[in-house]
Amino acid sequence: MASGNGTTGGSSTTDVYNKARHWLLMPSWAILGTFVLAPVCVMLIYSFLTKEFRGGVIWDFSLAAYDQFFFDRGLFGDGDPTLQWTYITIFWRSIWQAGLATVLALLIGFPTAYYIATRPENTRALWVFLITIPYWVNLLIRTVSMKFLLRDEGPLNDLLMSTGLVDDPLRIINTNLAVQLGLFYSYLPFMVLPIYASVERYNFTMSEAAADLYASKWNTLRRIVLPAVKPGVVAGCILVFVPSLGAFLAPDLLGGAKNFMIGSLIEEQFKGNAGNWPFGAAASMILLTLVMSVLLIIARPQRSAGAKI
Amino acid sequence: MKLMTKTAMALALIANSAAANGELVIYHWFEYMPAELLEKFTAETGISVTMDTFDSNEAMLASLKAGGMGTYDVAVPGDYMVAIMANQGLLDTIADGELSNKGNISPAWADPSFDPGRKHSIPYQWGSTSFSVNTDDYDGDINTTDILFNPPAELSGKINMLDSQGEVMALASLHMGFPQCSSDREQLQALNDMLEGAKKHWASFNSDTAREVLVSGDASVGMIYDGFSAKAREERASIKYAFPTQGYVVWMDNVVLLNDAPNRDSAIAFMDFMLVPENIAAVSNYARYGLGVSGAEEYLDPALATLPESNPPATAGDGAFIEVCDQATQTIYDQIWTNLKN
Repeated sequence: MASGNGTTGGSSTTDVYNKARHWLLMPSWAILGTFVLAPVCVMLIYSFLTKEFRGGVIWDFSLAAYDQFFFDRGLFGDGDPTLQWTYITIFWRSIWQAGLATVLALLIGFPTAYYIATRPENTRALWVFLITIPYWVNLLIRTVSMKFLLRDEGPLNDLLMSTGLVDDPLRIINTNLAVQLGLFYSYLPFMVLPIYASVERYNFTMSEAAADLYASKWNTLRRIVLPAVKPGVVAGCILVFVPSLGAFLAPDLLGGAKNFMIGSLIEEQFKGNAGNWPFGAAASMILLTLVMSVLLIIARPQRSAGAKI
Repeated sequence: MKLMTKTAMALALIANSAAANGELVIYHWFEYMPAELLEKFTAETGISVTMDTFDSNEAMLASLKAGGMGTYDVAVPGDYMVAIMANQGLLDTIADGELSNKGNISPAWADPSFDPGRKHSIPYQWGSTSFSVNTDDYDGDINTTDILFNPPAELSGKINMLDSQGEVMALASLHMGFPQCSSDREQLQALNDMLEGAKKHWASFNSDTAREVLVSGDASVGMIYDGFSAKAREERASIKYAFPTQGYVVWMDNVVLLNDAPNRDSAIAFMDFMLVPENIAAVSNYARYGLGVSGAEEYLDPALATLPESNPPATAGDGAFIEVCDQATQTIYDQIWTNLKN
């Protein structure tokens, strides 16, 4: 696309570009292959191997890891197999935690992005800058700070109690609500920035046209603005949902680590007592498959919509 | 062992003069080694030291098995982990006479069950794991494991557990009066049910902030190591360390010589250095744990001798090391832990 626009005059540049293209892409492919594809392949292979006691793998083909994920054979491992709810519960818990955090981020992020995009052009950069400032600090530090804010004896409860809104401290820390707040706060800019990019490109004369044709404000938002900025909204949702799904800092620090999330379950297989590498690899593969399926479903209508424009 | 705070510390001390004398790469718990002591080692031997840190025995084992062997010269595993690493062939043997200060090891720690004859390791620090109670919130008897597993109503929901399977399981087994590696199905089922029932009283599992939650008052009860509890008491006087009548966990961390050590001579020199009473006493003064070397008394902070956290009352049960179970048994304990955290 870009090459076509840039070389309308002669074809020689295009030929040179086409010839060089493969070589120019080599570094990207090498990095992707080495640091993304190869590790995923290692995990894929490990998930079909036999576990070695206390970490490691034995090079014998085995489906034991997937069997453990899907079938429950009781505490002693010799009962009749029934459907394994343990890991399904863990996955489901992670999915709705991440989903709720995404909805929260969208509810706050969309108006924020819209507001920024409708400021005078020369001040927009400043607003975006302000949004990103907290994110110059490491995620761990921010999560720990959040913990101090939400504590039973923390500033939030002090404020609520001194204003007389509540008599006893609200118990937020070590609950699911704290986890959702943590995830939402951690990934909010990933929602704001893509939506802002979409809204900024939106031609506001279309809203005016809609108003001239007696569309209500709500109808204008729903039928004119939202379809136009949908790619930004979808991108924002993916960027918040996917990292929230594998998060383990917020569940550990804010949720009290009482219930495994996908991230902590997998971590436990490699770093914890269990030392079950094939099972950790299998759980990662199942998670990867889930995320890929969701992305494919979301990306497909996206692509055809893009083709129409 | 187990000095975990939220500040991970990776020290890389570069020798000021004589890198030619060799290098040493240590794999260590964090906040467990006074920086001045490493500087002293470098000044005395000319060996430059690099230190990487870990936050649990299991994480260290995973890292070594995933390609860390051949990188590190020495590591500092806990008692049961020494036995596991020796079984897996990760440890090199220290030949007789190789360590000139080996005679300094106190007789009580010269022939421990986890490393008979001290073939692979030397003592570093030892202490205990149980729990502490904020006596402002509860004034009853705290020397019972009921505080954790069957707490009185006023403590329910204000308990922090260590996020450490080995220590939680060991204390739970002591509470029930079961062996640590039981193969009795009724006992295992009872242990599983007891833990699931106890969980509703617990606020959180957290090792990194075990001390902070007690000091800040977020938790009234917290599983903790004795030296950590001593440090917590300095910040909040009402924090009292419990020695349950049912027993408590005892541990010892040890410096081990790893197989494929790239600088084996430096490792031996370091072990000899850590067996000098004055040097290991500096670690105890810093970390507030006991040591396993004779003749160090004169270098120790006098306050250490009378620490309530390291002097069990007469009513205390026996201290027990964490035991190493066979694979079939361990698989069931792993399943109980997963059930607990589900």
